[in-house]
Amino acid sequence: MAGGSAFTPGRLKSFALVLPLALVLIVFVVAPLAVVLAVSVFRYDNFEVIPAFTFENYASVLTSHLTLSLYLTMLKLAAMTWVCTLLIGYSVAAFLVFHVRNRLVAIGLFLLCTVPFWTSNVIRMISWLPLLGKQGVINQALMGTGIIHEPLQFLLFSDFSVVISYVHLFTIFMIVPIFNAMSRIDRSLFEAALDAGAARWQTVLWVVLPLTKSGIVLGSIFVVTLVMGDFYVVKVMSGGRDASVVSAMYDDISTLLFPHAAASAAVLMIILTVMVAAILRFVDVRKELVSGR
Amino acid sequence: MSAPVKISADRRGWPFYALGAVFVAYVVFLYGPMACIYLLSFQGPQGGLSFPMRGVSLHWFDQLIEQGDTGDLMGALSRSIPLALIVMGLTVLISLAGGLAFRRNFPCSGLLFYLVIASLVAPGYVLSIGIGLMFQLFGLETNWYTSALGAQLSWTLPFGLLIMFAIFGRFSRSYEEASRDLGANQLQTMWLVVVPILLPGMIAVALFGFTLSYDEFARTLQTTGSTNTVPIEIWSMTQNVTSPSIYALGTLTTGLSFLVIGVSLGAIALIQRRRLGSIAGRG
Repeated sequence: MAGGSAFTPGRLKSFALVLPLALVLIVFVVAPLAVVLAVSVFRYDNFEVIPAFTFENYASVLTSHLTLSLYLTMLKLAAMTWVCTLLIGYSVAAFLVFHVRNRLVAIGLFLLCTVPFWTSNVIRMISWLPLLGKQGVINQALMGTGIIHEPLQFLLFSDFSVVISYVHLFTIFMIVPIFNAMSRIDRSLFEAALDAGAARWQTVLWVVLPLTKSGIVLGSIFVVTLVMGDFYVVKVMSGGRDASVVSAMYDDISTLLFPHAAASAAVLMIILTVMVAAILRFVDVRKELVSGR
Repeated sequence: MSAPVKISADRRGWPFYALGAVFVAYVVFLYGPMACIYLLSFQGPQGGLSFPMRGVSLHWFDQLIEQGDTGDLMGALSRSIPLALIVMGLTVLISLAGGLAFRRNFPCSGLLFYLVIASLVAPGYVLSIGIGLMFQLFGLETNWYTSALGAQLSWTLPFGLLIMFAIFGRFSRSYEEASRDLGANQLQTMWLVVVPILLPGMIAVALFGFTLSYDEFARTLQTTGSTNTVPIEIWSMTQNVTSPSIYALGTLTTGLSFLVIGVSLGAIALIQRRRLGSIAGRG
């Protein structure tokens, strides 16, 4: 990458400016992940890595039925969450960008969607409990109006409640990148499409959708990785019935099975990297994020 | 909704009403549940975890704070707030510097960019385990102001940097050139020209830095040592407290978040209004 003289004054200044960022990321992201890898392939005893190479940890992670069922559960939940957040996120972003005519109002409504993101996720998750429970608001309302005669059981401690919580927590990660991509669309393209005889659905399909692809891709990466890396939503909202890949790691750590947790973490990282790399084939994220408009 | 209407400049078509309905439903979905637990936290002493409300009182706040329904709420606050403030300050400074640097290409800038993205999408708990193990291996003690601070920066910096990218995308370099032409040195240009122009964006970064740190859970769990932060306190309450005092804690901590959000957004709005005032006539 470093072509020509690497130490021009301009470059030195750039290096100095990114040094703190690079240091934090190396010490608190790269090094810890390297430690996880190291602990996963070496024997580990009494808080010390013994340099004796072993694949035992991986063998035990990869051959366990639990691992497979955990990943299947999480992939299913990620897929359901992805579909819901994409549909809601796209509609909300489209409403704000294309249908609210006053810019200040649009910004205000956008902030309205963003504010909960700045509050506690754990609290937002448990705020569903009084609504979805057997004696919860929804069941009481449905019974009160006579639509149902027995409380619906599937509302709480089910895949339903888990996905509801994910959608509640993560839709904002879909809205923001799509909102961004839509805001950059040149409005005269719509007139051009209209003049060329395109119907409304054709304009959406052939103009808006391709131009918001990057936003969809970014949002999808966020939502999928957030669900796959989830710690507590599955556990709490399934009533302890299900576990997530990550909460299983927590159980390992609690019983001091560090190497097993590390191997499991490495497997998760590899799977996520492959998933993200696959999604990234569709768009150049760097161009999208750094160069702005 | 009604039948499709022809697109025209001033008539609202059916997509407006359809998407508007989705938007309203989403906002209700977003705030409804939260509003429920705030309401439920003000129940009388007979109250349970669900509606109907049984009386109105501050009983559960009293339980929470005076009776110590949590392990150590005040201790957790006395760590979480300073930690959030430190993370906020560092996030603003490091993101600003990073944003300035990324305006040019420099060797390894691509690698560093993908590292930022990796830091954002990596599962928080995996990083938490890694940092915890790393400290153990080097014989260091994990603590909220060392390991947890670093762990939280790995979460807040990507947000800060992405916001800075968006801000610099709209920032014209000619301001800096003009400042230099007028004889300002680099430091003066930075402090008297660049920072004031970027101030609203930096407040936004600060808001993210504070709130993301204050609510961070997974990355902090294995890195904060034997002393808890507020989210971990809440988490342990979800495991063993089945009274509305957990809602009271939710109301308290969300109140604090709303305060920070209000102050930040208010400050940004104030700056923007002043600017509009001082260049009256220009939209």
